Amino acid sequence: MKYLDEYRDHRIARALAAEIVQCTTRPWVLMEICGGQTHTIMRYGIDELLPRGIELVHGPGCPVCVTPLETVDKAIALALQPDVILVSYGDMLRVPGSRSDLFRAKAQGADVRIAYSPMEAVKIARSNPDRKVVFLAIGFETTAPANAMAAWQARREGLTNFSMLVSHVLVPPAIRALLVSSANRVQGFIAPGHVCTVMGCKEYESLVRDFRVPIVVGGFEPVDILEAVLMLVRQLEARQLGADVARLENQYVRSVSYQGNLPAQQIVAEVFEIADQKWRGIGPIPQSGLRLREDYAAFDADRVFDLGEIKVDEPAECISAQVLQGLKKPTDCPVFGMRCAPENPVGAPMVSNEGACAAYYHYRRHAVAS
Amino acid sequence: MSAKTIAETNFELSCPTPLRAKDTILLGHGSGGKLSAELIRDIFLPAFQNPVLARLDDQAIVTVNGQRIAITTDSFVVKPLFFPGGDIGSLAVHGTVNDLAMGGATPLFLSAAFIIEEGFSMDDLRRVVNSLRQAASEAGVQVVTGDTKVVEKGKGDGLFINTTGIGLVPEGVDLSADLARPGDKVLLSGSIGDHGIAILAQREGLEFETQIQSDSAALHTLVANILGVTSHVTPNVTRDIRCMRDPTRGGVSSTLNEIAERSQVGIELEESSLPIHEQVRGACELLGLDPLYVANEGKLIAIVAPEASDAVLQAMRRHPLGTEAQIIGMVKKENAGLVTMRTPFGTTRIVDMLAGDQLPRIC
Repeated sequence: MKYLDEYRDHRIARALAAEIVQCTTRPWVLMEICGGQTHTIMRYGIDELLPRGIELVHGPGCPVCVTPLETVDKAIALALQPDVILVSYGDMLRVPGSRSDLFRAKAQGADVRIAYSPMEAVKIARSNPDRKVVFLAIGFETTAPANAMAAWQARREGLTNFSMLVSHVLVPPAIRALLVSSANRVQGFIAPGHVCTVMGCKEYESLVRDFRVPIVVGGFEPVDILEAVLMLVRQLEARQLGADVARLENQYVRSVSYQGNLPAQQIVAEVFEIADQKWRGIGPIPQSGLRLREDYAAFDADRVFDLGEIKVDEPAECISAQVLQGLKKPTDCPVFGMRCAPENPVGAPMVSNEGACAAYYHYRRHAVAS
Repeated sequence: MSAKTIAETNFELSCPTPLRAKDTILLGHGSGGKLSAELIRDIFLPAFQNPVLARLDDQAIVTVNGQRIAITTDSFVVKPLFFPGGDIGSLAVHGTVNDLAMGGATPLFLSAAFIIEEGFSMDDLRRVVNSLRQAASEAGVQVVTGDTKVVEKGKGDGLFINTTGIGLVPEGVDLSADLARPGDKVLLSGSIGDHGIAILAQREGLEFETQIQSDSAALHTLVANILGVTSHVTPNVTRDIRCMRDPTRGGVSSTLNEIAERSQVGIELEESSLPIHEQVRGACELLGLDPLYVANEGKLIAIVAPEASDAVLQAMRRHPLGTEAQIIGMVKKENAGLVTMRTPFGTTRIVDMLAGDQLPRIC
């Protein structure tokens, strides 16, 4: 398949791995931000190709994993209202809230539908004028333009039965939060390629400058990730030799530009505004999310429906906060693979395929056992 | 955010109480994955326990007056009813014929039960029945009994069909998922994922076009070819062919996981040897699905002794339904109960059984 096979070519991958081995003189801790990248690393065993000293830790970039419990509980409560059709991306359905999940709500009679695009939810609202259609609008900057477009379109059409339950998160504030933490061990970041396709590289300049940390915008295939690692290692090793620089580099040039997708940014800015946001497994991070602007209040499910204050008890059992900050590996967790498994997740990163714990469970537990 | 704040949040973890899928039936219980297996283990097996059922193969084989008879039953709830490459009628024949064939049986007779929703189009019913008749005739089986039930509007989804099949097992043939042994080869009769993607592309709300056709087909003549050649090569068929399965719901991954579990062996696949059509790969990339978990309705997996594997592979390839057959892996002693895959990078990963249905990813 064009544009994919060449980035999965094992000969190129091995050549890159050999180059990384050659230029690595000391241990480095690198973090890939996006869950899609974590998934690739585990699926292809990229970390096994790297020299022992290069440690890849896994960042908080799994949108399903970081969606707060309260949002899941609200979605379930909405879905169970008899006149509501709840539309969601597929992998949100199995995410456990505090007592149930959307699959169970569906089994109890809730009308829950899977969509690939939020525009499908608008279409459902159009053809079901007597029902209230709620779209569970979650994700990073990647899904924000399409979600914004749905609200924009619904407003343009004057739909009165469409709303969105919004839980949007932003990458740069999360990286900043990791970097200011005294516990931080990460020395270089692979920034998420699809987020940057929308937002451009430009957003990461200030992080590189403020923290003098190298950031490479990376793609999602094995060759992409190895090349991004090589670029980071080269910067870090050069610094050892006295070069006092940290640079923002773009490995994913076939998709990412400096400015990003301006029309997409425009629609996001028109519909959403930046707000404080809680991250499941991490906690609240200031100015790290998006909420609907006042002009779009009529499409905000939080305001349209009286859901009351949902307060969730959170038993502190798993180590997801440490995992999502790169402080621990999923396999360090005492309940990993025992009480916590994808069919029965205890914590956020075990929930979606792209969560770090689920990736380890699906692809690596034989290595843990042996 | 200050360092202190993020440190404090370490103590406010968002970990929900684990949810056990024990109180109600979920869609995932019908997916062929772990939830289905749990349901069978916890509810059905204890209720009906007997040695024939306990083998948990695709068909039961019972002996009556010295004659070994294979019986199987399957219900068809596919939506849409008509799809590229088939419809619920032909599928209802192929599915049941294949479950008999995987036990090495020659399929003979079928029953067909129709559960029809009030208001269903008579023309569509005629189309389905005609397709079922044609598929049965092509497969050389007769529909000898049936049943009709009509349920109120809204109480069914158009049309459901159940078929039960009976066949005879030739002497010397003994295939079962618990017979795989280290060193055996894993053979696959052709490309994977065609049926599942053909169905998905037709679903409402998914607007993409492909020319992918379902692979729905009756496999008993392919099975006859395999058994025939093997008995020719070495007279004792049972020694060479350990097990055959058609990887339907849950795909190749679920089927191989079942074999690994039942035989208590490891199965190692070679990623580069998996036959996958370009269009299926493309659709899976686009939808965030793994072809290893996508359903097939006209493919079989055979676990074969190493000394017979080449002969069996050639026999498969000589049949029109096996031209793309491949040896995709081998049975190992290590990692008992697990399916693993060697990637082209020289690394190894697990090919897990899914809990429920494969879900499309958000991005």
